[in-house]
Amino acid sequence: MLKKTLDISSSPHINKGRSTDDIMKNVVCALMPVVFFSFYSFGLNALLVILTATLACVLTEHFLCRLSKKETTVNDYSAVITGLLLGLTLPPSFPLWMAFVGGVIGIALGKYIFGGLGYNVFNPALVARAVLQAAFPVAITTWHPALLPDRFSTISGSVFTWPFMQPQFDAIAGATPLSAFKFDGITTPTMELAFGQISGSTGETCAVIIALGGLYLIARNMMSWRIPMAVVLSAFVLSGALYLFNRELYPSPFFMVFSGGLMLGAVFMATDMVSSPITPIGLWIYGGIIGILTIVIRIWSGLPEGVMYSILLANAISPHIDTVVKNRVYGTNRKMKAA
Amino acid sequence: MGFFNFHKNTFKNGIHPPESKDETNDLPIRQFPFAPVIILPMAQHIGAPSQIVVREGQEVHRGELLAKAGGYVSVPMHAPVSGIIRKIANVPTISGKMSPGIFIETFPFSTQEVLEGNPIDPDTATAEEILQGIQDAGIVGLGGAAFPTHVKLKVPEGKKCETLIINGIECEPYLTTDHRVMLEQESDIFTGIKYLLKATGAKNAIIGIEANKQDAADHLAKHIPKELPVTIKVLPVKYPQGAEKMLITSILRKEVPSKGFPIEVGVVVVNVATAAEIGRLLPHGRGIQERVITITGPGVKKKGNYLIPVGTPLRFVLDQVGVDEEISEVYMGGPMMGVAVSNLDISIVKGTSGILVFTGKDVDRSSKIYPCIKCGACVDACPILLNPSKLGILAKFEAYDQMVSDYNLMDCFECGSCTYVCPSHIPLVQYFRLSKRIVRKREAVKKEEVNA
Repeated sequence: MLKKTLDISSSPHINKGRSTDDIMKNVVCALMPVVFFSFYSFGLNALLVILTATLACVLTEHFLCRLSKKETTVNDYSAVITGLLLGLTLPPSFPLWMAFVGGVIGIALGKYIFGGLGYNVFNPALVARAVLQAAFPVAITTWHPALLPDRFSTISGSVFTWPFMQPQFDAIAGATPLSAFKFDGITTPTMELAFGQISGSTGETCAVIIALGGLYLIARNMMSWRIPMAVVLSAFVLSGALYLFNRELYPSPFFMVFSGGLMLGAVFMATDMVSSPITPIGLWIYGGIIGILTIVIRIWSGLPEGVMYSILLANAISPHIDTVVKNRVYGTNRKMKAA
Repeated sequence: MGFFNFHKNTFKNGIHPPESKDETNDLPIRQFPFAPVIILPMAQHIGAPSQIVVREGQEVHRGELLAKAGGYVSVPMHAPVSGIIRKIANVPTISGKMSPGIFIETFPFSTQEVLEGNPIDPDTATAEEILQGIQDAGIVGLGGAAFPTHVKLKVPEGKKCETLIINGIECEPYLTTDHRVMLEQESDIFTGIKYLLKATGAKNAIIGIEANKQDAADHLAKHIPKELPVTIKVLPVKYPQGAEKMLITSILRKEVPSKGFPIEVGVVVVNVATAAEIGRLLPHGRGIQERVITITGPGVKKKGNYLIPVGTPLRFVLDQVGVDEEISEVYMGGPMMGVAVSNLDISIVKGTSGILVFTGKDVDRSSKIYPCIKCGACVDACPILLNPSKLGILAKFEAYDQMVSDYNLMDCFECGSCTYVCPSHIPLVQYFRLSKRIVRKREAVKKEEVNA
């Protein structure tokens, strides 16, 4: 005779066996090739910048959890992602203390103040970068050439700038393809952009590796394919239309899509699940806004690059997109409601 | 939803849980032993409980009427065994509520033959006579909902039933009841369809079967009687395709209006085991005494598909098949929508399609609940295209009115796909179940106030 007491629970009694930290860990994995390429391209400088930003984010998250007497949430890997992404958007010879400040700001003001994972309105890494851009306009626009011969042996002096001091940059500063275009009217060949033989932020230079990371996440169903698709498509279509309109004045759509932070932004930043909409149509709208704003900022504003501001703006609109654009529920149609 | 969705032959979204049917889908249906005491609750279906018409101490023959229908939305109850009525008292049911019930002591040496009743001839009987016959046989939906079948079949005034869909989907993991019924009771199924076509006035019948039961589809296709307008449609495997609305969309590309019934798109859906039961009972005028149940799960020793008398105590069933020492949870139904049993003293009822036993290590209780990261997995899983993420947040804030008015809470049929996929392990469908109950209760209270 059975004597054991039974447990009870509410159905369903099985689950997919995937957890939030699995997704986060996979995003970290997908970012690793980008980090390695960054190391290959910019050497020790880039590695130090990325590590510092990541460390700052993880430490801040842990410290804030302790402060509010909660169980630490660093194990969910979301702070690691924020740190990596922040590091990957900074120039390679960026002073480490500034990167550290960025990490602290990203987690504290970009995420924790809203209630931690799941509640942030903006992508924390971009909040950090926006603050850094406002605070250190020179340091964040001083680019370092890629593939320097001594990149694995020497570290630029600017990296070790004393905290709260202005960095002294080396004489050999490079221009990014976008700034070269904006201020000097030079366009870089698309192949160089795609395979990253260019100057730029540590992680944004090789479009192909970024896209591969994205494909991995999409194949594992851990990322929405609609967002990167919408961003790239809308940017391509708008810049393509402009290019057809006036080939002298506007660069080719391939140049626009492969240069700057567009690929990194489209694949890893705009797809931050928390700060993006949730319905399929909402995702298309959100991605479209990012792509179009990016091109608008790049072409008509004083800034060479606009991915960061477009994503932050789209983040702000995203909750409203979800309220306005809803799935058509099975068995209902929009017309029926009016009738 | 995957990256590409080329399956046009199915409804939107849905999930693919492991099927876990391999261990029992090859095992033929076997007769289960008769329990020494049968405990028959009177509330085993949706609607009014049956009203007992026998008294304590009375001897009953198997198939004899024990209780009459308690109203239109109700069915009678027949003796599952020959024996003597020992007691009429309240008995526990799976919901936790008590129900009037009958305790029958089985005659140990009875041959357990079934009484013959008034046969109904499918060729001469009118639709009304068939519907009456279905009610008299005590037939309810055997897929699990246990809704009185004659009510469902009654086509309302002004509506017309074009198509009869026979539901052989069985999308719940582990369960192989309908699969075996389709393989072994083909003639009962087709006889049942004959009655059902006549009762509903439908022109043709379509049997929907998922691709993981191709053998059943082939078997049925081979045996379709010449004059019967039946076709078989094999559909890609996806949960919850067995839900009426999803099945109709998969087969006919039509959507049942929100809050509406299948009849509004000219369809009536009947579970395949229910059809088989109609085809077996009506020609003899008998009532339901037993049903096929899959007993499986990691904690069961003798897994199988058994023909078990209604009212058999669950404890007796589990003693007979043998269960693991580490038994932790027992479910009636499948793992997606089945109900966890809190008490082994409840009985098998007409709606029981499976008994699933999980041991401690099969039940994932450690998983931590993370905040919602709005990954959208639930949105991509919900077959009704709701936004479970948003509904979950609103449920937490007890914003029930907004859930109903802005996010179509009442369209949720609790399939559990959202909870299944949620990486943050948020008990979404559990929230919705609770919210729906609270909303219904509030509405009932409001109505009472208006009437008062």
